[in-house]
Amino acid sequence: MYVHDEFDRTLLQERVNEFRDQVKRRLSGELTEDEFKSLRLMNGVYLQLHAYMLRVAIPYGTLSSEQMRMLAHVARKYDRGYGHFTTRQNIQFNWIKLSDLPDAMADLASVGVHGIQTSGNCIRNVTTDQWAGAAPGEIDDPRIWAEVLRQYSTMHPEFSFLPRKFKIAVTASDHDRAAIKIHDIGLRLHRNGAGEMGFEVLVGGGLGRTPFIAKTIKPFVTRRDVLTYIEAILRVYNQYGRRDNIYKARIKILVHELGIERFAREVEDEWQQIKDGQLALDEAVIDEIRSRFTYPAYEKLTDNPPELKQGLEEPAFKAWYRNSVRPHRVPGYGIVTLSLKPIGGPPGDATAEQMDAIADLADRYAFGEIRVGHEQNLCFPTVTKRDLPELWRALDGLGVATPNVNLVSDIIACPGLDYCSLANARAIPVAQEITRRFANHETANLIGKLHINISGCINACGHHHVGHIGILGVEKNDEEFYQVTIGGRADEGAVVGTLIGPAVPYDKVADVIEDIVETYLDLRLRPDELFIDTVKRLGVEPFKERAYATG
Amino acid sequence: MTSPLQQKLKITGPSIVTANRTSDGVVIYRTPSKDWSTELSEAAVVRTADDAKALWAEAIADDLGAVGSYIAPVQIGSDGAIGPGNFRETIRLRGTTFALPASA
Amino acid sequence: MPLVKNTEVVSDRYIRILDDAPIPASGAVLVPAERFLADAAEFAARNAETGVIWPNNQDIDKLAPHLDKLALVALVFPKYQDGRAYSQARILRERHGYRGELRATGAVLRDQFVFMLRAGFDSFEVKKDADARAFGSVSKRYSVFYQPTGDGRLTAFRKRLQVSAAPGRELHSASR
Repeated sequence: MYVHDEFDRTLLQERVNEFRDQVKRRLSGELTEDEFKSLRLMNGVYLQLHAYMLRVAIPYGTLSSEQMRMLAHVARKYDRGYGHFTTRQNIQFNWIKLSDLPDAMADLASVGVHGIQTSGNCIRNVTTDQWAGAAPGEIDDPRIWAEVLRQYSTMHPEFSFLPRKFKIAVTASDHDRAAIKIHDIGLRLHRNGAGEMGFEVLVGGGLGRTPFIAKTIKPFVTRRDVLTYIEAILRVYNQYGRRDNIYKARIKILVHELGIERFAREVEDEWQQIKDGQLALDEAVIDEIRSRFTYPAYEKLTDNPPELKQGLEEPAFKAWYRNSVRPHRVPGYGIVTLSLKPIGGPPGDATAEQMDAIADLADRYAFGEIRVGHEQNLCFPTVTKRDLPELWRALDGLGVATPNVNLVSDIIACPGLDYCSLANARAIPVAQEITRRFANHETANLIGKLHINISGCINACGHHHVGHIGILGVEKNDEEFYQVTIGGRADEGAVVGTLIGPAVPYDKVADVIEDIVETYLDLRLRPDELFIDTVKRLGVEPFKERAYATG
Repeated sequence: MTSPLQQKLKITGPSIVTANRTSDGVVIYRTPSKDWSTELSEAAVVRTADDAKALWAEAIADDLGAVGSYIAPVQIGSDGAIGPGNFRETIRLRGTTFALPASA
Repeated sequence: MPLVKNTEVVSDRYIRILDDAPIPASGAVLVPAERFLADAAEFAARNAETGVIWPNNQDIDKLAPHLDKLALVALVFPKYQDGRAYSQARILRERHGYRGELRATGAVLRDQFVFMLRAGFDSFEVKKDADARAFGSVSKRYSVFYQPTGDGRLTAFRKRLQVSAAPGRELHSASR
């Protein structure tokens, strides 16, 4: 857990005061909407179809139980009793009033939570994977670096008015659970040939109208140099990124138009001038940040305690254990995923009651720490194995123990036309119907790992381009149609999916998904050949044929 | 960037002007009496592009009371009742197409 | 538009000459970049202050050789969301060591004052009278800064190192 101090709290308080003044000036007419819009976006305040929406940052997906309780409080007091966890480790409240926002923000600030820079043309929430600090095989805790970047990027005077939004993600594992290759800057912490720890820096990833997979701009930057290098990238982008057309304004377009070699040269020229300046990181600063991350006092435990052995005799617990618990780097502990994808429910939502109960369970079983993943599920990164049966019973009672993590009904979906003013079609009901078709957990297990991503418009907030199956809503004559892609990946093998055919109407989408899954089950070489590998082996044709077969 | 008011406007049938209320984001409709209402039944209906433009200009001028105003289609029933003219407006009027997660 | 300097609204002693009119022999003048570069020698020979308006889509390094002849550089924010001039300002101050007046012009609202001060601006053509009058209080809105610029303020990183070297420090725990 990152421990906030008086500096962090003071800054948040100052920010709340500023926003209170901005709302006052808006409501008095002193500020026009044109003037106010960018200011409110920089505090995470959107306007959706029915109401304002507040997007709250959860830095690198880490929440304390105290903070989770405050989210529940905001949901109850200012909203309609629930919140939605997003694909960037944030939470959204969909029904909030502008006039209430300063108070809601003050409440959040009291526990170190805020909506700063969750929207707007600035550097957004820096994300990493939800197992950071707990997963085996990490070279360092990537959250330390996400925190370095969070502080660096918060209210940066030079980079608060970029050409467009800017998203950074960090991974410290070989298996990239943070999807760094679809970010504007991706950082992969690793050791070079000489055993030195540093970052591979990738640039220019992003989805939307023109999806790009990020390219490596520098294979190795030392920890000392990583901030100055990022500052060089941002300065080149701030000055040369396009500002004439919002659809061509992301850094991915600049990298594409200049070419990666020329872009890298521009950055290198700038970097040479600043690399030994104030942003060069010395060990004292890195150590200070590292010291503010606390870890549980681990006991020396067996990996197979009697409580677990006994618990496994119950089939329901066993199914959940196999699906939702992963090995921790410390023996005797497990990483627990809390599925927010109940069959038939809107993906990624939690009620205030659930949030409060999860906070209590975190205190009791998980050292008070909760994580949010970009798959829109929650996670307790550290639970003793002996506690798992008891914990499972409680989670099951709350409805957050559906054993479908990483399976076909663990769908990632954007809010879509039910909420969002940018959307062309709905996403949530499509997800709901698909989960109903695959409600049987044995079937879902038989199918195996399968990521379905749904976006209600080309802005791709559901990351459909990189779904194993991607679904994109489009509108034709006021009817909802959906394009289906297969073969996308968001991890270290990141690749954009391939369209299988013409868009299908709303009431046919779940049928098409069933057809695709059946094709896979028929054609896979072995039960353990993953869907994504079968698609790679066979291409799109067999799936297209089945999905569009008449009769 | 040209103001939307300077651009050529076309409407496809009876239309209204709608927006969100500045203070709380609630969906509102422009009325014939230079005001806003949360009831679609009280919306001013326009049938020509010129009338639509004029109504919209009025709405835009109320920057304090309303945010993001635009012209939206409506359907008029045989009894004269005003109904939403497309799916998006149906959702804005009636809410999400599924039950919200909050417990009762 | 009111001009703010040292937190006060002041009158502008610079005369803007935006067309081909002849440059007066005395008095502070402010001219567009094209004019300044074309007549650089004439400006250098004047025994009075010269200012240049530098557009935000021109490389600021092109102005570097002339900085010793300039008492004022005015940078431009065509709309406040166009943040290119922040980079130009920092480069002028931190790389080229420019010490003259650095003015923010264009669309300047109170909500940008702190960013602009940190980037190195010291005078401001403010869009609204109320914002100009509020400059003093608004510029003190923030006391914590996470990242270094040329303004010399200690970042939170650095302050913590100072504080943690001192005994008896209390951290606010986010849980437990």
